[in-house]
Amino acid sequence: MSAALAATADDEAPFRRFARRFADSKLALLGLALLTLILLAALLGPSLAPQNPYDLAQLDIMDGRLPPGSRMGAGFTAWLGSDDQGRDMLSGILYGLRISLGVGIASAAAAGLIGTALGLLVAWRGGWVAGAIMRLVDLQLSFPAFLVALMVLALLGRGVLNVVLALVLVEWSYCARTARSAALAERRREYIEAAEGLALSTRRILFRHLLPNCLPPLIVIGTMQVARAIALEATLSFLGLGVPVTEPSLGLLIASGYQYMLSGQYWMSVYPGIALLLAILGINLVGDQLRDVLNPRTGT
Amino acid sequence: MLWLLHRVIQAGFVVLAMTVLVFVAVNVVGNPADILISPQADQAERARVIAAFGLDQPLWRQYLHFLVQAAHGNLGRSFVFNQPALQLILQRMPATMELAVSAVLLSVLIGIPLGLLAGLWPDALLSRAVMAGSILGFSLPTFWVGLMLIMVFAVQLGWLPSTGRGRTALLFGVPWSFLTLDGLRHLLLPALNLALFNISLVLRLTRAGVREVLPMDYIRFARAKGLSPARIVGVHVLKAILMPIVTVVGLEFGSTVAFAVVTESVFAWPGMGKLIIDSIGVLDRPVIAAYLVIIVLLFVTINLVVDLLYTALDPRVRSDEAG
Amino acid sequence: MQALPAAATAPILEVRDLRTHFFMRAGVVPAVDGVSFGVAPGEVLGLVGESGSGKTVTGFSVMRLVEPPGRIVGGKILFRGRDLAQLSERAMRDLRGNRIAMVFQDPMTTLNPVLRIDTQLIEAVRAHGRTSRRAARARAVEAMAMVGIPQPEERLSAYPHQFSGGMRQRIAIAIALLHRPELIIADEPTTALDVTIQAQILAEVQRLAREHGTALLWITHDLSVVAGLADRVAVMYAGRIVESGAVDRVLDHPRHPYTSGLIESVPSRNRRGARLRQIPGMTPNLLALPRGCAFRTRCPHAADACAAEPRLTETAPGQMVRCFYPERVTAA
Repeated sequence: MSAALAATADDEAPFRRFARRFADSKLALLGLALLTLILLAALLGPSLAPQNPYDLAQLDIMDGRLPPGSRMGAGFTAWLGSDDQGRDMLSGILYGLRISLGVGIASAAAAGLIGTALGLLVAWRGGWVAGAIMRLVDLQLSFPAFLVALMVLALLGRGVLNVVLALVLVEWSYCARTARSAALAERRREYIEAAEGLALSTRRILFRHLLPNCLPPLIVIGTMQVARAIALEATLSFLGLGVPVTEPSLGLLIASGYQYMLSGQYWMSVYPGIALLLAILGINLVGDQLRDVLNPRTGT
Repeated sequence: MLWLLHRVIQAGFVVLAMTVLVFVAVNVVGNPADILISPQADQAERARVIAAFGLDQPLWRQYLHFLVQAAHGNLGRSFVFNQPALQLILQRMPATMELAVSAVLLSVLIGIPLGLLAGLWPDALLSRAVMAGSILGFSLPTFWVGLMLIMVFAVQLGWLPSTGRGRTALLFGVPWSFLTLDGLRHLLLPALNLALFNISLVLRLTRAGVREVLPMDYIRFARAKGLSPARIVGVHVLKAILMPIVTVVGLEFGSTVAFAVVTESVFAWPGMGKLIIDSIGVLDRPVIAAYLVIIVLLFVTINLVVDLLYTALDPRVRSDEAG
Repeated sequence: MQALPAAATAPILEVRDLRTHFFMRAGVVPAVDGVSFGVAPGEVLGLVGESGSGKTVTGFSVMRLVEPPGRIVGGKILFRGRDLAQLSERAMRDLRGNRIAMVFQDPMTTLNPVLRIDTQLIEAVRAHGRTSRRAARARAVEAMAMVGIPQPEERLSAYPHQFSGGMRQRIAIAIALLHRPELIIADEPTTALDVTIQAQILAEVQRLAREHGTALLWITHDLSVVAGLADRVAVMYAGRIVESGAVDRVLDHPRHPYTSGLIESVPSRNRRGARLRQIPGMTPNLLALPRGCAFRTRCPHAADACAAEPRLTETAPGQMVRCFYPERVTAA
């Protein structure tokens, strides 16, 4: 590389360089736009939705299973139709999105915190406790997340908190493995040895030196985990093991619409499905590009 | 050989560890009396069963008892079907295996050619479309795709049936769908649905493998020998990339069996996945425990077989183990 | 040693003004930029240069094995009078491994690690002409014996990793020799090997080429190899030939400052104790070559005139030099 080229690359602020590399992919930008849109829809959901789908007093069974574009009893138009309870589908989707995203983000965040802490500790300390933790991680990773979550919920029963708990239980191990391998790789670097040589406190080394340098792979895994958690929650709810019927997430909306699909009343399952797909797709597209940009082998 | 023994012992430990987990899950987290005794039972019956199952004994004795019973194939009776739980699961197993094996076959038959296409001509429009499609394949929730398949091919077009196994024929005393035309028609949609994720996976692995192998010296040397492109791709490239694909497909077989739970529920396919969901719905816990034990055995076996296959396929691993 | 005058025999291979460029994102890299040379039957031509000089790309161009983003953009590659640059891929395939063979630099990577040796030999036999599996196997055994592999019959069913580097290179040479090619392109086949193995392989190739009357294009960065093996030598720098001629003539009386620099950087028994000289500067960046003579930024004799492009001129019978001041080199 010529000297001039190298200079411009170095002058650029790290974040700007990151943003420029991220924007290299049109698909990733599309994903980001999608994700922003979905997040906005979820955040503003209650003010956008024409009705509160969880308030039984607002539902009228006479409005049940109306096709898209019908006038509801309350006077507004159900652009995406209504379900068998007389719920406006658009409102149902906006509220369902809040549950799906909330469960996904909360579980991924909790799993990320627990997994990262344990992974760093295992990499730093070693010893038989660390060995036992990693054995547990390996054991759990040899079974599909879906199966583990299924079994946990079979024992605990349905409920939003139970779903989050089950998802955290299956996801922490991925984060722990990633954190451990990243930390092990970083540990051998000179700057950590230098920090140890200065006799800095373990906590300071772990959180001020080691953690920031292990973050890139954890951010990538974390993003992907959110998408996985959302898909898992939807699947479990679809199977009747997830959230309760009174507060349907996207998966449960799809499930309750399923029985009417065979008679051609497609909208009850199709529209929540599309919302679910867009959310997962947006996160995956962003995560994919993040992996390419943050990966030290393919990155700068 | 020593290595094999080591591997088998290791697998045994995993199974043992999992039985502890299952035991703890069924007997400690829940109330074992509720799990083992039908809710309709009266007080005298309860006391009799508690004594019979040794629930008044210390936990480690209960665990030993559980192990001995499990070793004899006794994992309790289903409340709902009033049959031994294990027998119930084993009866449903062939349907699930048929579905899972079909899905794996489909994923290889569709994934490898598409992956080769995307790897050999990465800039072609079709290749880009295939790669974009694979991201979709990872993102689409399985159950929703199942619904869409039913909506399009069963409801709108009316080409294929939406639920059930269709007509089956007996082979080794077990009914199979793939032996009749009607059965095959019933099998196609669920198998495709279950295969979707694996198609994307195999496709991406194949493409990555091709991109990695193509610039290798030995491929150029193969060209320098005057070999035809068909031979170079079909033998030199394919043989070199097959290893990771076989490994992943093998390891994914377990996940496929697990995910059959979803597909079976969508397509009302009478396999053990549908059984487990129904059992969870009515809290038929002996069946749940039996399913868990079977699944654990299945996974441990799969991991072992994949390891062995891997060793058989890669000459380098083989000699490393020997040396 | 007899220096075959180029006109005495019709050359098997005649390369005229070959240009192979690589179209990279950062610009066009003229890896080979107007190279001409010829190889006569039974003759060994040493193609010498540093890494990045374009010698390997020249070899791959003759085989038509240049991969994108590289492309042959001009010139003629006449093999027995037929221009390979214009040949269809199908026709080219019939020549490769059959009438023109190639041996690669690193024996550790030229054989497919997941295929057994017999597979890789038999497929090469059967790529050209119908042969039964059994006959092809017999040919494979014969070829392995010819290059000096002990117990060829048993070793045939082994995998590449079970052979040493030297043995693997012998197998690659056996594959190259299978169809008695008229031309073998050897791309530094001994560089990756131990010195003793190197000498064995060199002797082996020399013997086999002599016996079969095969022409050899020997690509190397090592002048001592060329001195012992080649009849004629062509020195490449930055995608061009800067000097060529009979090997004794060029090595004893180099006329290009680059050739002379190369020779002085080779350790030699005659100059024991003397300081080894090295060519100052770095291998040029092909994306930003100096105008005129590409070597002038590293040349001790460079003058203002060198900003213009020097042409290849004959300074002695058969010796061609691309330099404005060939006489200064002798003076040095």
